[in-house]
Amino acid sequence: MAQAQSAREAAEGAARRSYGKLVAFLAARTRDVAGAEDALAEAFAAALASWPDRGVPDNPEAWLLTVARRKMVDAVRDRQYDEGAAEHLALLAELAESEESDAIPDERLALMFACAHPAIEAGVRAPLMMQTILGFDAAAIASAFLIAPATMGQRLVRAKSRIRQAGIPFRVPGQSELRGRLVDVLDAIYAAYAEGWSDAAGTDARRRNLAEEAIWLGGLVASLLPQEPEALGLLSLMLHAQARRRARRDAEGAYVPLDRQDVALWDERLIGEAEALLRRASAFDGIGRYQLEAAVQSAHVVRRRTGSADWAAIDRLYEALEALTLSPVVTINRAVAIAQTQGPQAGLQLLASLGADARLNDYQPYWAARAGLLARTGDRAEAERSYERAIGLERDPAVRQFLQRQREALAQR
Amino acid sequence: MQYLLLIYGNETAMQSATETQVAQMHAAYGAYSEALKKAGVIVGGERLKPTSSATTVRVANGKTEVLNGPYAETKEQLGGYYLIDVPDLDAALSWAARCPGASAGTLEVRPIWAM
Repeated sequence: MAQAQSAREAAEGAARRSYGKLVAFLAARTRDVAGAEDALAEAFAAALASWPDRGVPDNPEAWLLTVARRKMVDAVRDRQYDEGAAEHLALLAELAESEESDAIPDERLALMFACAHPAIEAGVRAPLMMQTILGFDAAAIASAFLIAPATMGQRLVRAKSRIRQAGIPFRVPGQSELRGRLVDVLDAIYAAYAEGWSDAAGTDARRRNLAEEAIWLGGLVASLLPQEPEALGLLSLMLHAQARRRARRDAEGAYVPLDRQDVALWDERLIGEAEALLRRASAFDGIGRYQLEAAVQSAHVVRRRTGSADWAAIDRLYEALEALTLSPVVTINRAVAIAQTQGPQAGLQLLASLGADARLNDYQPYWAARAGLLARTGDRAEAERSYERAIGLERDPAVRQFLQRQREALAQR
Repeated sequence: MQYLLLIYGNETAMQSATETQVAQMHAAYGAYSEALKKAGVIVGGERLKPTSSATTVRVANGKTEVLNGPYAETKEQLGGYYLIDVPDLDAALSWAARCPGASAGTLEVRPIWAM
């Protein structure tokens, strides 16, 4: 009984630690991600059946790899009609040779670059990484990304088939392409993080988990590419956000905006890690979106010591981000920062410079920012209208309630 | 893996090109084909006559139907192709991007179904 228990734990431990590594290694040459996943699932089942009786092997990872590779060979032989079956078998035979050595090469980064390849539809890149590197099933990913499980399943199957059919390589791009392609990998990781982060109350375990797993992926990329400043910047940004997780809601579950959060609730250790990463990133050439956004977080964190965020620095950082991304979202953030140093009128002027960008009509942060600035200038009627727009666009009930209270406070001015 | 690079472009614009432009295009394609040969990746490639010369054939209910014109009317037309043999999609995409047709029109990259 105790042996069965420890065998189960060993198998589960190996699954957690090695899943992505084994999928990446098994699929790297054949590009058959779905086949690697199926074979690995069978290998884990075989481990659960055999380890309780025969004991846990010295090197569980190598054991799983050998079994999974044989299952893949069997699966290819079983296919009645398969293009390139012979080539497929030859590639699998090559894998057997590399099993002789103890260490399994780490191809996870190459797998991530395959998942975030420009030939893969952008929206499925993050889910594909969650599945192949972390072993999430389609249902869990679907619920985290708020998509119907069947739809998510189909999209994942199509993407994996595309990797194989189109011949998308498992390769970390060379120096000349690396930075351009790395952006896609980092964007996919950040998309997964943002999905997890949007569950602010932290009541949905799957989505909370998603944020943590995204940080894990970010840590993996940062450790495998320690000289890439944007990889360090993204990890810093996610850790900064994670550090404030508990402060985003008060004891009653009401939304607390960043500048009113109780700094005592911020996680010191995570902030320390985030700051150290950003310092390391700044030692390399290559400023980018994630370092700038992490630096904005860092300028907010200053409030712990001085009682006030460094708004002048935040304004400068958003200005740099604006030039880099040309995104109206950045301009909105900058307008709020400028209002802190130059007054609400200056912020409103910047917002007005966005003109009639139709996308802003349905963008809650634009209307919330505008409402807040108008309220400060004393233009009650216009502020009221903007609050109403913002409230109508907000999906999160806690934020909606916060905006409603702000609007009610207008009347008491 | 083998990939077919399908070169799509605007035929009408091509037909109204000046002599200098045509000469430039020939030179560019000549250099590109030479580069493919030197790299040892070319399997084949041809330029197609305009779609006005196309004839479409299909057999329905045992009867052969022959129609005058291309299979589908499109804004850009298939004007030629290269068949190349390279290790993976990245290599195919980088060759596609170097093709003169990619600057003048659009290249579609399709893997060949190996038998």
